[in-house]
Amino acid sequence: MKIHEYQAKRIFVEYGIPIPDGDVANTPEEVREITNRIGKKVVIKAQIHAGGRGKGGGVKTADSPQEAEKVAREIIGMNLITHQTGPEGKRVKRVLVEEALDVEKELYLGIVIDRSRDQEQPVIMASEAGGMDIEEVASKSPEKIIKVGANPVVSFSSFQGRKLAYGLGMDKSIVSKASKIIEMLYRIFMEKDATLIEINPFVLTRGGDLLALDAKINFDDDGLYRHPEIKGLRDLDEEEPLEVEASNTGVNYIKLDGNVGCMVNGAGLAMATMDLIKLAGGEPANFLDVGGGATAERIEKAFRILTSDKNVKAILVNIFGGILRCDRVASGIIEAASKMNLNLPMVVRLQGTNVEEGRKLLEGSNLKFNVAEGLFEAAQKVVALL
Amino acid sequence: MSILLNEQSRIVIQGITGGEGSFHTREAVNFGSKVVAGVTPGKGGTDLDGMPIYNRVIDAVEKEGANTSGIYVPASFAPDAILEAIEAGIKLIACMTEGIPVLEMVKVKKALKGTGSCLIGPNCPGITTPGVGKIGFMPNFIHKKGNVGVISRSGTLTYEVINMLTNLGVGQSTSVGIGGDPIVGSTFVDMLELFEADPETRLVAIIGEIGGNAEEEAAEFVKERMSKPVVGFIAGQTAPSGKRMGHAGAIISGGKGTAAEKMKAWEDAGINVVVNPADIGKKVVSILSK
Repeated sequence: MKIHEYQAKRIFVEYGIPIPDGDVANTPEEVREITNRIGKKVVIKAQIHAGGRGKGGGVKTADSPQEAEKVAREIIGMNLITHQTGPEGKRVKRVLVEEALDVEKELYLGIVIDRSRDQEQPVIMASEAGGMDIEEVASKSPEKIIKVGANPVVSFSSFQGRKLAYGLGMDKSIVSKASKIIEMLYRIFMEKDATLIEINPFVLTRGGDLLALDAKINFDDDGLYRHPEIKGLRDLDEEEPLEVEASNTGVNYIKLDGNVGCMVNGAGLAMATMDLIKLAGGEPANFLDVGGGATAERIEKAFRILTSDKNVKAILVNIFGGILRCDRVASGIIEAASKMNLNLPMVVRLQGTNVEEGRKLLEGSNLKFNVAEGLFEAAQKVVALL
Repeated sequence: MSILLNEQSRIVIQGITGGEGSFHTREAVNFGSKVVAGVTPGKGGTDLDGMPIYNRVIDAVEKEGANTSGIYVPASFAPDAILEAIEAGIKLIACMTEGIPVLEMVKVKKALKGTGSCLIGPNCPGITTPGVGKIGFMPNFIHKKGNVGVISRSGTLTYEVINMLTNLGVGQSTSVGIGGDPIVGSTFVDMLELFEADPETRLVAIIGEIGGNAEEEAAEFVKERMSKPVVGFIAGQTAPSGKRMGHAGAIISGGKGTAAEKMKAWEDAGINVVVNPADIGKKVVSILSK
């Protein structure tokens, strides 16, 4: 789960990580008031989940409360397009207003889970190449990223902070301050079940202060059950409405750009089915995993979700019945399709337990299903229906 | 011979009284698995179809000689269940539970180090050795005894592949689903190592997917240490970046972990990569008949 920058910064404040003076605003008037209170030049930052906000025109400075209000009128309500939003962009509902800082150096701090076999633990990273796309730094000049693994059984040790702070070329007068911030970031990561924390840039001001100028935290969806305070930060407006609806019904759905809708049981098979559609010359419209207990009710919901995407011109149902019996799935499909008056062309491929009974049910129904046996045959048949 | 599950395996099921636990225990017994006990704290002294149920794993070890465990408990209890099995000296633990927070698995893996216990999963369909037994969700009817090892990060896609092989008359030595989470007990490399050493296995079919670097690590192992032929498929060639594709571990992040990179790494390592999953069976047959 993702949260906004201003929400991440509130968590930073709880843990004593310094951030610039500022506040979040929903209207240009509020922006003027906040700027007035700060009493100096400010930066106004659009609050959307996607990165690349600056380049898209979502981050601007203002010298006075009047100018801040004017700038805010341009940003609030704008459709912000960045490399992460997709071509449709995201509507900006609120902005973060913060004091502009006298920056001496822009650094990077981050924590992720290192999945490689010899690590399998969080890794804390720092770089002098702050303010840049860290993935680009990692691929072009990996030597500019300093890392220290963090074993949660041992917990944080001060040397880890020193390794990174000295590694960033910091003066000894601020090393302990930096180390403390790194320790707090690690504590947030562990205590809140984060999967990623980034401060980019992490700045050193001319006055010798260290602050988090930006803040990004992603959380482990599987850890949310024990963090109601984090769950409450979810902003549904930032998510694809169909994906939200699907997740509420226990269906795993991700919208894509193609026109062949698919419904599959199991995540791996769902991905493979998308690949098959592409190999057969079509484009998948979605990823959809109905899960293990594909009941008639679940199947109906899945059909409703995937057909709400108006790009969908044909449907491929691909089910491998293990514990789940194909005849049950078949009657679920028939029930759902007749109830919904579903008239898009459809290919159904069942495999596994009671497959013959399942196919007979489909063929005997008054609904027009194209039945397929082979994996690739099913994909080819559905593409031919377009 | 086979890997992981063999004639000496004596299985205890943790969470045997739950809906999934009892259902899959009965399926496993029908398949021939030697399930010697169940564990559900608080239900000790009762039984399931005559199989004794204990409060503690250690009781199943001491009284029934359990050396293998299958775990079907909810995500919030699963790390504790794994730790209990490790402490009781269980050598092979398969955890089917989905939804364990990744940081819990980080700790569990640290606890596993040096114990000699092998953990399969979590969030996996389990292990099947035809002719011997199974732990987990894999449907009974798809298997056939033979010489192909199967390793996969997914569930139903694995059943497809096993079923495809069986329909072509190709049997399996052992099939193992290592799980779809970012951190799992055993990786592709651990399993490849076991299959390489198993005299009964002639070829390994490996099914990877987007996210992480387990496939790249497998490539390195195959290149340097594997003498047996390997056939591979990677799911998610059409998956978008930054989206979690069902499995917690199946996500392309920062442009890393794409199917294209993984297929390239496998091809470079000499793995017989198929682009179309429907071709896995044919490819295996063509290599075996050489």
